[in-house]
Amino acid sequence: MPIELKNVNYYYNRGTSMEVHVLKDVNLKLDRGEFIGVIGHTGSGKSTLIQHFNGLLRPTDGQVLYDGEDIFGEGYDRRALRGHVGLVFQYPEHQLFETDVFTDVCFGPRNQGLGEEQIKERAEASLRLVGLGEEFYKRSPFELSGGQKRRAAIAGVLAMEPDYLVLDEPTAGLDPGGRDEIFHVLQTLREERGIAVILVSHSMEDVASYVHRIIVVNEGKIAFDDVPREVFRHYRELEKMGLSAPQVTYIAQALRERGLDVDPLVTTVPEARDSILKALEERKHGC
Amino acid sequence: MAIIKTDNLVYEFTRRDENNEVVETVRAVDDVSLEIAPGEFIAVLGRNGSGKSTIARQLNALLLPTSGTVWVDGMNTQDGEHLWDIRQTAGMVFQNPDNQIISSVVEEDVGFGPENMGVPTEEIWKRVDRSLEAVGMTAYRRSSPEHLSGGQKQRVAIAGVMAMKPKCIILDEPTAMLDPSGRKEVIQTVRELNQSEGITVILITHYMEETVNADRIYVVDQGVVRMKGTPREVFSQADRLKELKLTVPQVTELACEMKKAGVDLPGGILTVEELAGALCR
Ligand SMILES: Nc1ncnc2c1ncn2[C@@H]1O[C@H](COP(=O)(O)OP(=O)(O)OP(=O)(O)O)[C@@H](O)[C@H]1O
Ligand SMILES: Nc1ncnc2c1ncn2[C@@H]1O[C@H](COP(=O)(O)OP(=O)(O)O)[C@@H](O)[C@H]1O
Ligand SMILES: [Mg+2]
Ligand SMILES: [Mg+2]
Repeated sequence: MPIELKNVNYYYNRGTSMEVHVLKDVNLKLDRGEFIGVIGHTGSGKSTLIQHFNGLLRPTDGQVLYDGEDIFGEGYDRRALRGHVGLVFQYPEHQLFETDVFTDVCFGPRNQGLGEEQIKERAEASLRLVGLGEEFYKRSPFELSGGQKRRAAIAGVLAMEPDYLVLDEPTAGLDPGGRDEIFHVLQTLREERGIAVILVSHSMEDVASYVHRIIVVNEGKIAFDDVPREVFRHYRELEKMGLSAPQVTYIAQALRERGLDVDPLVTTVPEARDSILKALEERKHGC
Repeated sequence: MAIIKTDNLVYEFTRRDENNEVVETVRAVDDVSLEIAPGEFIAVLGRNGSGKSTIARQLNALLLPTSGTVWVDGMNTQDGEHLWDIRQTAGMVFQNPDNQIISSVVEEDVGFGPENMGVPTEEIWKRVDRSLEAVGMTAYRRSSPEHLSGGQKQRVAIAGVMAMKPKCIILDEPTAMLDPSGRKEVIQTVRELNQSEGITVILITHYMEETVNADRIYVVDQGVVRMKGTPREVFSQADRLKELKLTVPQVTELACEMKKAGVDLPGGILTVEELAGALCR
């Protein structure tokens, strides 16, 4: 059940003086089981891109296929598609609208036509996954801190148990512990249920540690689409695109400049540690 | 004299039912006493819901204490007559770059605050010039904010606060929605304002790396200040931070791992240069 984008172009305000060409000839194929990070400067088109995955935006030209079928073809059931491809918005305020947190999280599964008992189970399980305890169930979404709102919005989409989970900056505003917890939850869901996770993030460190594939969006085009190590190899180009490499990559560079033979492409702390230890060992043996 | 001082500050949110009976109270700030000297760069860390934003909103009288006292440059925030002086002395910048800009031209946006206060036109333009200069956005003064990057929008928002001639700027997660370049831009701008203009800075963030140059860090949890000290003091307690759902900068984490593996390194490494220097002596 892949999602495919074929020659997708997207314009906001087409045909007016405010026209902006945001996505330019985008071709992508996403599969179940993948863990994908989407990175790019602010305004590069990330949010616009991912809203194509569940048909929330319709390409100005080009096609979006789900399981080989054109989702804008005649008679296509896009409502059902939104149950398969769940989207967590960039701003939780755009997603939370019920009177209390629990009712809000029930909204999706209820729309899927599940029974009350199952709806309740799903909501409880999802809220547990994002770390919101019972004391929050009856709170209005407006009575939450920024990070708590974000967690509630994620729970709402998890509760639909989609096959593709698409999240727009899900960890923005989360504390470091919460960032780790959310990434772990996503990793586990992917492993246990075989779903795909696609997320936008500005944290290069998190992306490098968790995802298997990075899509770099630059000015509406796909600049790179590869495994993290290969993408961060181009860190100088990434910097020109408003991005960077993880901090450990810069440590490796700094050490190499000082003559220590460290792998220049390390992107996570364990990789950096092992590579530096090895280099120190070799230096000791007088190479 | 302290620019910001709080004495046993407590703040409670109360939730009422349809009959106006209190059904729940949340103590978001619990007996916090802070003292911040003019010109300090202070960072505030804490897990989601720990009370950071609630504290911040007391510091320019957007919220008033349930009990305890807050002084801003000697003015008690409960004195209604000082409200505008307080808001002018301590300006706030928020997370979302798109919600803070009102006008369709950058320079008008920056002049909006002083204009609202009835500052004479000539003086407004002087302030707009200086503020845009201070955040490095002069070249964009006639641009439409829509066409700016997230980091540039935040610098415009900061310029808008600067135009009020504040003594203190409070930034509540100003970089949370920004790409890496935008984050760097904003943090550099804030540091610059602190160092060359002597503006007191209070920075709330979930990015640990952004706080390594602060003079002091406060760590809050459940509305209580749990740790305070220099970045080196705070980040050398990685385990304690982890309990509080926080972490240390990636370079500090790597240094810790290397030490565990038996490499002789000094404690409290906070920057790439420090680590590289220590490993390649
Ligand atoms: N309007 C409100 N009504 C009731 N409770 C609230 C309200 N706003 C915040 N709270 C509660 O007060 C506590 C502190 O919230 P605050 O927004 O200060 O946290 P924070 O440290 O800024 O968190 P974050 O990192 O998520 O932004 C939390 O328990 C939160 O749920
Ligand atoms: N609703 C909209 N109307 C007009 N232009 C928009 C709208 N949403 C986004 N844009 C523009 O499209 C471009 C891409 O935006 P977006 O997809 O939000 O980028 P990102 O998520 O990478 O920050 C930007 O230039 C932005 O200003
Ligand atoms: Mg976006
Ligand atoms: Mg907050």
